[in-house]
Amino acid sequence: MTEPGFIRLNVRALFGRSYPRVIGGTRELSWIFFETVLPILSIAAYVFIYKAFLPPNPDQTMLDKVNSLVGYVVIGGTMTAFWLNVLWSMASQLYWEKEVGNLQLYMMAPMSRMALLGGMAVGGMFMTSTRAVTTLVVGVFIFGVVITIGNPLLILAVFFVTLIALYGMGMMFASLYLLYGREAWNLSALMEEPIFLLSGFYFPVKALGQTVAIGASVIPATLGLDALRQLMFPVSGFGTQFYFFSPELELAVLCVLAAVFLVLAKLSLGYLETLAKREGKLTTRHQ
Amino acid sequence: MTYATETRDLTRIFKRKPKRHLLKRKSAKKNEKENGGPVTALDHVNLTIKEGELFGLLGPNGAGKTTLIKVLCTLLLPTSGSAYVAGFDVSKEVNQIRRKINMVSGGETSGYGLLTTRENIWMFSQFYGIPSKVAKERIDELMHTFGLYDKKNVKVRTLSTGERQKMNMIRGFVTDPEILFLDEPTLGLDVNASRTIREYIMNWVRKREHKTVLLTTHYMMEAEMMCDRVAIIDRGRILALDTPANLKRMIRKESTVQLEVDTLKSTAPIGGIKGIGNFSSKDDIAHGTTNLTIIVEDESAISDIMSAITAQGSRIRSMRKTDPTLEDVFISMVGKGLEE
Ligand SMILES: Nc1ncnc2c1ncn2[C@@H]1O[C@H](COP(=O)(O)OP(=O)(O)O)[C@@H](O)[C@H]1O
Ligand SMILES: [Mg+2]
Repeated sequence: MTEPGFIRLNVRALFGRSYPRVIGGTRELSWIFFETVLPILSIAAYVFIYKAFLPPNPDQTMLDKVNSLVGYVVIGGTMTAFWLNVLWSMASQLYWEKEVGNLQLYMMAPMSRMALLGGMAVGGMFMTSTRAVTTLVVGVFIFGVVITIGNPLLILAVFFVTLIALYGMGMMFASLYLLYGREAWNLSALMEEPIFLLSGFYFPVKALGQTVAIGASVIPATLGLDALRQLMFPVSGFGTQFYFFSPELELAVLCVLAAVFLVLAKLSLGYLETLAKREGKLTTRHQ
Repeated sequence: MTYATETRDLTRIFKRKPKRHLLKRKSAKKNEKENGGPVTALDHVNLTIKEGELFGLLGPNGAGKTTLIKVLCTLLLPTSGSAYVAGFDVSKEVNQIRRKINMVSGGETSGYGLLTTRENIWMFSQFYGIPSKVAKERIDELMHTFGLYDKKNVKVRTLSTGERQKMNMIRGFVTDPEILFLDEPTLGLDVNASRTIREYIMNWVRKREHKTVLLTTHYMMEAEMMCDRVAIIDRGRILALDTPANLKRMIRKESTVQLEVDTLKSTAPIGGIKGIGNFSSKDDIAHGTTNLTIIVEDESAISDIMSAITAQGSRIRSMRKTDPTLEDVFISMVGKGLEE
């Protein structure tokens, strides 16, 4: 048999690695409760607060504003699924694979390390998307959110580039976790809450002030959410001054972030692989 | 002549840092020894495996077998010396090597419990870029051969140990590697599963040209029965390397005496007898006996052995003189049995 070329091999490898996630989601259905009902509950808490802003006989602008507020929360809640997936699942994946004994088989195979990380990311994205869409549909339906889709192409572009940047970050974390092992777990726990706040999952990030907002933009979810909200809710619930940059500029920044994270992921896994091969840490000792 | 693998003064030293969480515990003292200085897992190993060979690496636990396999599989860098697989350097030319090899170890728990047996094997084949259709055909064929076909749509977590190991073996064969590394492939398996696996390995090497297998084991019988050549390794060093027949011939002048006696209080007096080589002893608690295998260089030593045993008040239950087996070669070289 002739050997497959570099591209063919890695496309197959990437698809192969994403397969357990893609198919796994359909085999264990308990996630429906945890990944859909729970986010809806946390969204509901914010929605009730925002709806309480409404005066007894609201006029149309007032209704539009509250619709935007509720919409922000639903979009934020939807994107939360991806963030949690990156933070908890992606990041600890390689560490976990090492414990099971998969990592050495992955590292021994001729596939590129980016196909391995990419496969993990694509699988995670796919699995989480089904959950995110459920949250979105349920949210829109239950809370009666009206979404305006003015520029669908731009919305899609922002959404996908945000995901790539977010999972690029996850790929980088995955490599670092392998190095720091269990200690990195605490880092995830540490990052979960502040980042919910900072990246404005439930309100526009700029409400926290310009400096914080710029700092928070390193996390791709921040800019992505800001852009998505601008594009989907033309009437701003908080007034336009709370928006960050224009969606186009935010998309450009997201592209740069995506590229940077992907390069960093490749470099850190490459570095880590060499280090682990030198120190004998690519496998646990009993394998 | 191309070599499948070649090592030159290959040395691998593990530095062992004390683990913080172990130090905190009260048992830190006890662990100090374990966590102590560096371990030389491979000590100037010079080993050449020819293309087409079924090569056995025989050694007790901790001998360095797995370490050697990991170095050859590009998972571990040599501390010094060099290693080549299919002519490529394991430190520099990993991509060329990785396309040509695969590795399976005993007791592996790889894969995903959520996937079926067939899906798991398929997934691993994709990391080698095997076209999906080809992979699936090969998997089905191999599953038939290994008697695993009726488990093909079963989730991996429901498989028995033997079935699981058959799945791992198929994972190794499905990529049709030029060189296959097998690290104690029949570890802990029942007789039937072991036999199926051994027979397939032997056929695979014998029926195809240019296929090489490096197999590690600590089962004597496996090495003796399967391998073209065997290297005996202990504490990171290769002590002997030859065909099983030649290895046995090396100690033919000597004979082996096997004794079953009432549990001995001490084997020290036997060690002191003139005219014997190395020996091994194993207590059988269930039967209240000690089994001794003694390499006898001078037949006259046998009566001294018997009096040393009876002097302890122990009864001799049976005694046999046997032709040397590979196990005896091992005992004569390493100074202890494999299972000790
Ligand atoms: N990653 C590691 N870190 C530290 N010591 C190790 C590591 N891997 C193996 N060793 C040590 O190296 C020696 C050889 O181990 P190994 O190659 O696994 O032996 P075998 O496979 O023959 O049982 C042992 O003393 C073992 O404890
Ligand atoms: Mg071993």
